[in-house]
Amino acid sequence: MSEESKNSPMGEREPLRDDAIVVNNLRVAFGPKVILKDVSFTVRRGEVLVLMGLSGTGKSTTLRSIAGLLKPTSGTVLVNGKSIPDMGAKELEKLRQRIGFCFQHGALFDSMTIGDNVAFGLREHTKLPAEEIQRIVAEKLSIVDLEGMEHLYPSQLSGGMQKRASFARTIATDPDIVLYDEPTTGLDPIISRVINELILDLQRRLNATSMVITHDLKGAYLIATKIIMLHEGLPVFFGTPKEFQETDDPYVVQFREGEMEGPIRV
Amino acid sequence: MTGFFESIGRSVLSTLEYIGGSVRLFLETSGFVLRGKIRLGLTINQMSFLGVNSLLIVLLTTTFAGMVIALQLAHIAVQYGVGKMVGGSASLAMTRELGPMLTAIVVAGRAGSAVTAEIGSMKVTEQLDALKMLAVSPVGYLVVPRMLALLLMVPILTLFSDISGLIGGSIVANESAGIPYQVFWDSVRRMTMTEDLVKGLFKSIIFGLEVATISCYQGMQTGRGAAGVGKATTGSVVIAMVAVFVTNYVLSLVLFTS
Repeated sequence: MSEESKNSPMGEREPLRDDAIVVNNLRVAFGPKVILKDVSFTVRRGEVLVLMGLSGTGKSTTLRSIAGLLKPTSGTVLVNGKSIPDMGAKELEKLRQRIGFCFQHGALFDSMTIGDNVAFGLREHTKLPAEEIQRIVAEKLSIVDLEGMEHLYPSQLSGGMQKRASFARTIATDPDIVLYDEPTTGLDPIISRVINELILDLQRRLNATSMVITHDLKGAYLIATKIIMLHEGLPVFFGTPKEFQETDDPYVVQFREGEMEGPIRV
Repeated sequence: MTGFFESIGRSVLSTLEYIGGSVRLFLETSGFVLRGKIRLGLTINQMSFLGVNSLLIVLLTTTFAGMVIALQLAHIAVQYGVGKMVGGSASLAMTRELGPMLTAIVVAGRAGSAVTAEIGSMKVTEQLDALKMLAVSPVGYLVVPRMLALLLMVPILTLFSDISGLIGGSIVANESAGIPYQVFWDSVRRMTMTEDLVKGLFKSIIFGLEVATISCYQGMQTGRGAAGVGKATTGSVVIAMVAVFVTNYVLSLVLFTS
């Protein structure tokens, strides 16, 4: 085991039946630029793992590697026991029907209305009648406070509204595993709370497994089963929200308290 | 000196990589079509957007191309007493070369650039990744309808080009050199073989596939931000045009000289 992997909080381990996501010694490099040096962790079914850390420490890269949007340089990524980097296009497509991904900037299809965006996954992968799809779309939009906005195009919405619509699209098919890339960044505190409650609701109702990137500590303490903090492509903390709040690890303390001085150089 | 050879090597590698990538995209697209995974509604939309909406500009361009050919040919032909051959000569030029090529160039400029810009802006705003995460292949959803639309519409547009070029040519031949319409169109009928028309349309099918593959591939390969979209779009038009010119020469050599 390399020096870096010894530092991994979870170390290398075999997947268990209850493990939804297992990441072992994940390394991602773009040419000479190494984004993730050695990251290992496990998310058990029904857990909400919150990823924290400064911008550029590899949080989104971790999420994209799990989603199969990025091929890791080395290491293993198992989702529901299956190796993502080794999957063929067809197999990956099948698995993705059970995975939701909420993009940082929404990534709504700008040629479609909000209603069509939210209905997209349902129309593609279910045989539900049009009226039922319409009902689900209206319901999902109403819980993110976008009631009656089905007929608007993304360009007619504000950034925050687009983000909420994107959230509605992500959860429209009630996925088993949901990956959220900063779902509450740029939203007001009340809507942020609504989104956090929805993440928890999905977990409680469907035992959904979630990974959430967020900079909002209060939100993280509310939703997280576990928190992982990355720094310069390596995990520096892995534990419960309580442990995160109580640890005297200098990296966590500096991040938690928002200090300028400390081991994290900005 | 080493730097010079290095840069040549790098250019050759990136060209080969580009060709390889485009061929891979074409094969993947063909795989969808052969498996019958065709989205009819999206294909019809694209046929309208990329084909029907290009008709006016194609007609305008080729009418003037036909007119200028007739202008050059008619006077010389009348001078040498072969005015009866103007229609046929113009027809051969249009059906074999100018019709397919000009249509492909106009389509590359109008439709190809639009395809690259659309797919490219979807790439930079993570919409392609969103498609993947919604378990829908961007190739099946975006490339297949565009490829099929151009495959079907470019030959149809070429047919319109041939006709409009000849109509323009006949008017100019009549007005500037006094060649009667009857004589012009008789010559067209006499000298143009079905084979010429078919071979010209075959060329246009190849051009349509070429423009579609290049414009979609450029879109998929778009770099970051608005500048990336701009660069990809310009590249798409330039590469498609060069590819059409080169392919046209090769196809003419194979189809019309053997």
